[in-house]
Amino acid sequence: MVNQKKFVVSHAPFWHNGSSIPERSLHMMIATIPAVLLGVYQYGILAIRVIALSVAMAMIWELIANRLMKRSYTIGDGNAALIGLLFAMLLPATIPWWAIVVGTFVAIFIGKQIYGGMGGNPFNPVLVSLAVLYLSWGGLFDFNEALVDFDFDFSMVYPLAAIKQHGAVAAEAFSLTGFLMGQQSGGIGATFGLGLILGGIYLIIRGIIRWELAISFLCGVFVAAMIFNLANPVRYAPAEFHLLTGFTMIAAFFLITEDSSSPVNFIPMLLYGAGAGAFTVIIRNVGIFVDGTVFAILIFNIVNPLLDKIRPKALGKVDHHA
Amino acid sequence: MLKKSFIGLAKPWIRYEVLGKKPQEPIKVSYPKTAIFYIEGSFQSLKEIILKKGRKVVTGQKLCLKQGDQTSVLSTVTGKIKSITQVKGDFDKSYVAVFIEVSEKQEIDPLFKTNIEDLTLQKATSFLQGIPGNPPFSILTDSGKPIKTIIITGIDSDLLVKTNQYVVLSCLDKIVRGINVLKEITGIEDIILAVSKEFIQGYGHIGAKVKFVDTVYPSGLPVLMAKEILGKVVPAGMTCQDIGICFIGAEAVASLGQVHGGDSIPVDKILTVVDKKGVGTLVSARIGTPVRMILESLNISLEEGDRLIAGGPMTGSAVYTDDYPVQSGTDAILVQDGKAIPGYSDNACINCGECIRVCPVDVPVNMLIRFLEAGQYQQAADSYDLMSCIDCGLCTYVCVSRIPIFQYIKLAKHELALGQTAEAENG
Repeated sequence: MVNQKKFVVSHAPFWHNGSSIPERSLHMMIATIPAVLLGVYQYGILAIRVIALSVAMAMIWELIANRLMKRSYTIGDGNAALIGLLFAMLLPATIPWWAIVVGTFVAIFIGKQIYGGMGGNPFNPVLVSLAVLYLSWGGLFDFNEALVDFDFDFSMVYPLAAIKQHGAVAAEAFSLTGFLMGQQSGGIGATFGLGLILGGIYLIIRGIIRWELAISFLCGVFVAAMIFNLANPVRYAPAEFHLLTGFTMIAAFFLITEDSSSPVNFIPMLLYGAGAGAFTVIIRNVGIFVDGTVFAILIFNIVNPLLDKIRPKALGKVDHHA
Repeated sequence: MLKKSFIGLAKPWIRYEVLGKKPQEPIKVSYPKTAIFYIEGSFQSLKEIILKKGRKVVTGQKLCLKQGDQTSVLSTVTGKIKSITQVKGDFDKSYVAVFIEVSEKQEIDPLFKTNIEDLTLQKATSFLQGIPGNPPFSILTDSGKPIKTIIITGIDSDLLVKTNQYVVLSCLDKIVRGINVLKEITGIEDIILAVSKEFIQGYGHIGAKVKFVDTVYPSGLPVLMAKEILGKVVPAGMTCQDIGICFIGAEAVASLGQVHGGDSIPVDKILTVVDKKGVGTLVSARIGTPVRMILESLNISLEEGDRLIAGGPMTGSAVYTDDYPVQSGTDAILVQDGKAIPGYSDNACINCGECIRVCPVDVPVNMLIRFLEAGQYQQAADSYDLMSCIDCGLCTYVCVSRIPIFQYIKLAKHELALGQTAEAENG
């Protein structure tokens, strides 16, 4: 052959729409900005401390995991940093440093890497880590105790703890617009309802998260809370209260939408979101925990593979069981 | 290259190229000094084949490797055989490449006219393989799977390609003659011409029903056309041929019409050449012309590290040399800049669900790819609809993890087919 030019050969298709994992992680992080900024504004250097340490430790654990398991380095895909960031957003600003170190270790190692890294994890890594901390050092997440030294111009009683103790009457002490504007105690990046909604809408429009999951989760919370409230309005807080407190908003847009642990088909997505939403309220109202979001989603992580079997029939599929 | 839009929520909505009513004339590329013909097959030594170095070949002559071989091509030039080599295609296909030094004086095979007199399907299969458009005679002659309907594709199956559309617009008279030839030699009355939805005009009486096909990719692929036009679903693992439908390109029908007119031998292939900027130009070149010559005449540079593709951007195949000839089925040539080539990766599937949303036939790609990566092809076919896949490549186009899904699918189908052949042979 006279011509010795070497061309690139590969299999079709030769086009790609340009999406990538780093791009996805980046958009998720961009969407957290409003909520994180408000957290930083409220808690100042303490919040920055938590976020910086959490993101840094998550990335360091990822690097160590890659090295130990002799895999290619995935630190550049931004997923570890995202896990660190979301984890920090759920924590009280005063959390001790060792809890962050342990938490990110659990998230990266036990939540993600032992399953083979991103995409292999059956549970949301952030929630696995949070559940472990919750069960091991429950006191860390008593937001009333953790944030006792802060005094803003709004009530610093943790709303979910208040209704757990005093019933629906406690809900009247709070204003819903205040919740939307982040005037409540809670995790660093989990309290600013409006900011989280804006971030969520951004992600939905950009096609980074699946809207079915977010919307059905919110519907699940709303409907379940409404049924409780209608059944016993004295004991159970109204539905909109549940929507805007605790981890509901951040869960709807940033936690339940985690790719690997959630279904991808339409009907399963709706069932999954609605189920996790309803369970959240059931745990809050009936269970012993103040907030049920973490465990509700983890439970539905388990159900996910089964739910995702409900799928449309492929074209021309031949049924062998007939 | 088409990128994801800002509103990523929407499905990719990629439209086929639609030609205007008065398309530009194709640029004519003069016939080559050396023509190359690929004939499917292989040999151990040159002695086995009847083509010999130095032998004279005339236009219209049938070139085949052995006497009585089923596969052959039609020589489109007159000249002397310069060399014969073997080349490998995708998935272990082998070809014999015949290089012909083209002489100044072009002669037409005197036997050609007698060969195709009172044309029958057998004669066509024997003497007309390799005319522009590559008519699928082997499907029509297969008595085990009788064809009931012929669909003439006046649209192109891949993006950016406008070859068949152009033929419908410019050579309708030849197509009408071709339809008559088809009816005569096959005895099939149910013939349909499929054209683009945005292409509605009066076709008059052409001897075939005219049906319209959507302009969003991948509705031009055979299985989807069978569903849209005839409402017939091809069962998974079967082909359109299995349910009695044969697809034939508009260009192939036009070539048949030209042959029947008797005035000339169809030797020129219409093809769409897409340059690095994505601009497509219609070109008319003699079959056997090396791609290098076509690119030179269009001033398209092709450097080391670029990608040369025979076919369209979604379903074409990359070739490794610009000595690659225009063949009877080469509807498009695509040149891609080395810097614009998107890379694949070894990332695992992150289960984002993009492929699920985009799949036109509802294959659970996210599950399928997990089995294909593990080499579990049979399980993939049994439980995850591998055989329903229509090879459109959209899942790979949108894959966030950049997994070469389409390649995995093709490999799996290839391996399964190999297994089945082996089983049949060994009882």
